[in-house]
Amino acid sequence: MSSTSNSPTHHTSTIGAIGAPSRRNTELALLVFAVVIPVFAYANVGLALSGEVPTGLLSYGLGLGLLAGVAHLGVRKFAPYADPLLLPLATLLNGLGLVCIWRLDQSKLLQSLPNFVTAAPRQLLYTALGIAMFVAVLFFLKDHRVLQRYTYISMFGALVLLILPLVPGLGADIYGAKIWIRVPGLGSLQPGEFAKIVLAVFFAGYLMVKRDALALASRRFMGLYLPRGRDLGPILVVWAMSILILVFETDLGTSLLFFGMFVIMLYVATERTSWIVFGLLMSAVGAVGVASFESHIQTRVHAWLDPMREYKLSQAGVQDGTLHSEQAMQALWAFGSGGTMGTGWGQGHSDLIKFAANSDFILATFGEELGLAGVMAILLIYGLIVERGVRTALAARDPFGKLLAIGLSGAFALQVFVVAGGVMGLIPLTGMTMPFVAYGGSSVLANWALIGILIRISDTARRPAPTPASNPDAEMTQVVRPS
Amino acid sequence: MSELTLTVMRLGFLAVLWLFVIVAVQVIRSDLFGTRVTQRGSRREAGRQQQQQSGRQQAARQQAAPPQQRGQQGGGRQRRNAPTKLVVTEGTLTGTTVALQGQTITLGRAHDSTIVLDDDYASSRHARIYPDRDGQWIVEDLGSTNGTYLDRSRLTTPTPISLGAPIRIGKTVIELRK
Repeated sequence: MSSTSNSPTHHTSTIGAIGAPSRRNTELALLVFAVVIPVFAYANVGLALSGEVPTGLLSYGLGLGLLAGVAHLGVRKFAPYADPLLLPLATLLNGLGLVCIWRLDQSKLLQSLPNFVTAAPRQLLYTALGIAMFVAVLFFLKDHRVLQRYTYISMFGALVLLILPLVPGLGADIYGAKIWIRVPGLGSLQPGEFAKIVLAVFFAGYLMVKRDALALASRRFMGLYLPRGRDLGPILVVWAMSILILVFETDLGTSLLFFGMFVIMLYVATERTSWIVFGLLMSAVGAVGVASFESHIQTRVHAWLDPMREYKLSQAGVQDGTLHSEQAMQALWAFGSGGTMGTGWGQGHSDLIKFAANSDFILATFGEELGLAGVMAILLIYGLIVERGVRTALAARDPFGKLLAIGLSGAFALQVFVVAGGVMGLIPLTGMTMPFVAYGGSSVLANWALIGILIRISDTARRPAPTPASNPDAEMTQVVRPS
Repeated sequence: MSELTLTVMRLGFLAVLWLFVIVAVQVIRSDLFGTRVTQRGSRREAGRQQQQQSGRQQAARQQAAPPQQRGQQGGGRQRRNAPTKLVVTEGTLTGTTVALQGQTITLGRAHDSTIVLDDDYASSRHARIYPDRDGQWIVEDLGSTNGTYLDRSRLTTPTPISLGAPIRIGKTVIELRK
């Protein structure tokens, strides 16, 4: 007994660590940090631009702090065992995005543009709506496994969301991509952002049921597992769907996102590398095929291959039927002039990118004003969100939750890659928004909902296993003995 | 604003941003390696056991002692050799661990099971694992179609589980570890 007398305290602490303590206080501390950083940035912009601390500093800081506090209380109340990092990381990105949008609002050059609107107050409103969405997800979605019941309904829902922008009178064509719908009195909405989540629910539910057929019923050919024709059906349908999005809505990013998400989930569900090979081949064939006749995509590809030439053509005002984009080159210059440590908040000239400087190209502003060091930190924060999502998937105790968490975090990662890669000139530019950072209501709302679902899954995964309420004897009687 | 102030703020902001990233990574680290403390503890415990194995009598007394010294909730852990976690070693859920804290763990295809088995050979309510009043973990087959196997034998009655013994349910194998 003497040897064990000092061990109980030691043991309880270690067991607590395995049994995942709630870690809500860690989250609160990080959240305070995540609110202070954007407030610091806000003061910094004001000092750099006008030499004084901006007057709205207090209200901005209180506003962001209040929103973060509401989200934190929501998590404390409805998902007490959730991952402590997801909320602070998302809050920091959202706060930095707000500062950057406000900073671009101050630009004289952008203010002189004909369709200028002060975007920061609107973005703050969208953020508030996003947090409300987040808390609503936590409140209404008590168990993510409920979503499994809506597998095929969500497929239908996703299709409707994707088709909406094509409906005459409802859809809106903005800068060549038909991905918006106009809601009278509310402005425009991007249903594709929400379709991302709904589609992940469908894929997770579908693959959970079909994965054995997809993984096992296959022939081996040249080291690859070829699936049977009828199992190939769904992947072909999703492929065709994403190609159709590409053709009719001329939205390269969304189609890449959906197809990529499906391939990731298929790979995770079946553990077959051949799906990745097929996926890459099919997306390459699809992209090249569509790019060869769709002029909007061709413009993007040209701007990617030779941004300098496109810039010169655009400056010279060459009218040869195609649109020449100068933005790709300007974004690269912004990154270049930022250098390693950046010019500092408010001292860059990324407003030269003109329109879309605060949405698609917002990363270029970060690149110029925070430099390589800042962009790396921001990309790492995105990486950490994805890591927490994958970690949640690993920890989840049900296959549906695993697949859903992987699908959502995979989609998030793909979106960051597609946007960051596009702005930096690694891949052709696609009209997508940097999650949380870029200006845009649909994106902020949808991504807060996504984080909400991930937090719900991680809460279920990290919660100490509950004791079944019912009497074990009663459970015995429910079991049918076939033999 | 002087150039110097702005430079200091610029570098200060980057430092704060990176500090946040580092703190976040530290949180992940404590999350990942939170269990390492256990291993250290159990290693120390193992060391103690080795010492004790020289004196068999003491070890025997240790085994006799647990029922008295254990607390109620999640009490089993104060026992020597008490498992602290359940690990899935084979099947689709390989690598999943569940901390044992004195609660009943249900296994089966039903969605409300603690461990949801995605296995055609598992029944919806297949088996449960629970601590008895002495803190000994017991596995009980809940009348499943294909049975639950402990080591090689099919379970007919609730059976105590020894550390590391494989419990097979369909294609899934789980075991209890310290």
